[in-house]
Formats: sequence, C-alpha cells, structure tokens
Amino acid sequence: MKITDIIKGLNLKVISGQNGLSNEITGGYVSDLLSDVMGNAKEGQIWITLQTHQNIIAVGSLKDIAAIIIVKGFVPEADTIEKSNVENIPVLSTDLDTFTIAGRLYDLLR
Amino acid sequence: MNFFRADLHIHTVLSPCGDLEMSPGNIVSQSAFKGLDIIGVTDHNTTRHCGLIAQLAEEKGIYVMLGAEVTTKEEVHCLAFFENTDALNRFQDYLDSNLPDIQNDPSIFGEQVQVDENENIIYEEKKLLINAISRSIEETEAFIHWLGGLFIPAHVDKMKNSIYSQLGFLPPDLNADALEISKTADIGDFVKQHSETSRFSLIQNSDAHYPEDIGSAFTAFYINEPSFAEIRMALKGENERKIVLS
Repeated sequence: MKITDIIKGLNLKVISGQNGLSNEITGGYVSDLLSDVMGNAKEGQIWITLQTHQNIIAVGSLKDIAAIIIVKGFVPEADTIEKSNVENIPVLSTDLDTFTIAGRLYDLLR
Repeated sequence: MNFFRADLHIHTVLSPCGDLEMSPGNIVSQSAFKGLDIIGVTDHNTTRHCGLIAQLAEEKGIYVMLGAEVTTKEEVHCLAFFENTDALNRFQDYLDSNLPDIQNDPSIFGEQVQVDENENIIYEEKKLLINAISRSIEETEAFIHWLGGLFIPAHVDKMKNSIYSQLGFLPPDLNADALEISKTADIGDFVKQHSETSRFSLIQNSDAHYPEDIGSAFTAFYINEPSFAEIRMALKGENERKIVLS
C-alpha cells in the first residue's frame, strides 16, 4: 500500500515531505520514545507519535521510516518541517488520538 | 583567580519531591556547612524560593544562581539561570503562562509550599509543578537566552527526563551553555560514550532533594569572584576561566 492510500483512508493532512508520498508502506509502529523507535522500528513502516521535535526526522531517516503521523492535531516545529522536506519523509497529521488512529491504520493494513 | 565550589542543582520544599526540611534557611546553613561558595536554586518549573535564599545566603557569603529546573514539552529537564530578579520574574511569568492548569494532589506528589525565613508557610502552589510546560526545548532555550540567561540540559546521562531519554540523541544544533551530568555518572565513561558532547562544558551537581545531599557533588569554578558573568565565562572557557569536576 502507498502512503497516498493511507492518507485517503485515514483522512490525514499532509504537513511536509510531499516528495516522499510515493513511498510504500510495509506496516506500522507506535512509540513516543525515540530510542525505542531507533531500536525497534522497521524499514517502510509508518510511525505514529505525539513527538514533534526535529529529532523525529533524523530517527525516521535512520530507520528508513516511510512516513510519520503526528496525533491529536499537534503542530510540528518549523525545523521539523524543514528537515522532513530535505529527507523526503512525509509528516502527516490527524486530530485523532494514538489509540484511534492506530486502530484504523491496523484495519486498513490488515 | 581562585577555585570556588558550586552546587548548581538544589530543590527546595516548593518542589513536590523536595523534602519538607528543604527550607531556604536550612538550605543556606547546610550549604555553608558543606563549604559551598555558589549554589543554584532549581525548583521544578518555579523560581519563587530564589529571592529569599539569595537574601539569606548573602549573609553567609554564598553566591546564589537564581533559576529553575524547567520541564520542556518533550519532558526534558533543563536548568535555567538568570542574572537578576527582573529576568527571573519574567521567566516566572513564562512558566506561569505555559504550565498546564492541572492541580497538585499533595498526597500523591508531595507538598508545594513556599516558606519565609521562620519556616512559616506563606504560599501554596496549586498547579502541579512536575508537569511539562507547553514549549519545546528550542523555544525554551531561545526564551532563556533572550532574557540573558544560561540554559543547561540537566542530568543528560539519566534514562529519565533527560535529553537523551526523551529525544534519543543530542540535537546537533542545540544551543546549550553547558550540559549537566548526574552525580552518579562517571565522567570518563560519559565522555567516551558521547564524544558529541565535547563542544560543551560538563558540570556535575547534587540534584539535592534532602539537606544532607547538598554538596554531595559539586563543580569547581576557576574564576575571579562568584558572579553570573564570571560563571558564564567559566562555562565557555573564556579568559582563562574554567571548570573542574570534583
């Protein structure tokens, strides 16, 4: 499944990283601890988090994350958006909380 | 120039986790007893005990760094210090307006009381001080520097509420004046494991919550005299000023 399908299916807003939207999704990962994501997330996963700091892009890039979904309508910092555009890692946004969006993503990928 | 002993991370009874014995009077007498020349007052997200401690410490010849241990949006603990009460009060306003309006439950988190020199309670902070403010670490850093203050991420080696635990690694363009390592950290090991911190001065403090802990770790400042400007120079390694860990 492509990120564009996920965006449509989950009604996500694209904040940045438009050039990465053709990335293929292999699964999902949910965590707010960056060290945990570095240790456990897999290539091609879509990562759901409430963190908005620019370090999420570095972690996403390190792990070849396909895209990042930021929950609860949180707005990422300006330097996060900038780095997302440089690294071509889409940052997507939802007003839903982690539990709900993760459940819907799970359904969509099943 | 001379060496001056500094413990720049001390909580008072106003912090919910601070022992009830951590009154301004007790902190100052304990600091004098431990031979400290400089102390930092760093309650969680409040500066309200700094004034009285500075006043009492002056009588004992101890210099006080006015500050707080602020919890950023990412739940990273950072020390902030200010040169004068004007800047300190503006930072207090910043904390008041950015700390969420969630009430403390003293039976769970502990009392948050401000006391006078006779240990009478004169104020109780109702908002839970251990919460995170709604500002990011970079926003907080920028505001502290805008006020002419010092910004020092706290106990960076700890796997709880530290820049490493919360953000995975040190943001490469972090504009810090120094980094604090916890008193149990082995400086040699830390520097070996984190060569990326070599551009920062490292300081070590007690993070005291109980009177007996005050001065249990300290940083020696090689400076002309205890003052904000001299301490800033030592952290930057300027004009032959320097710091030495105990």
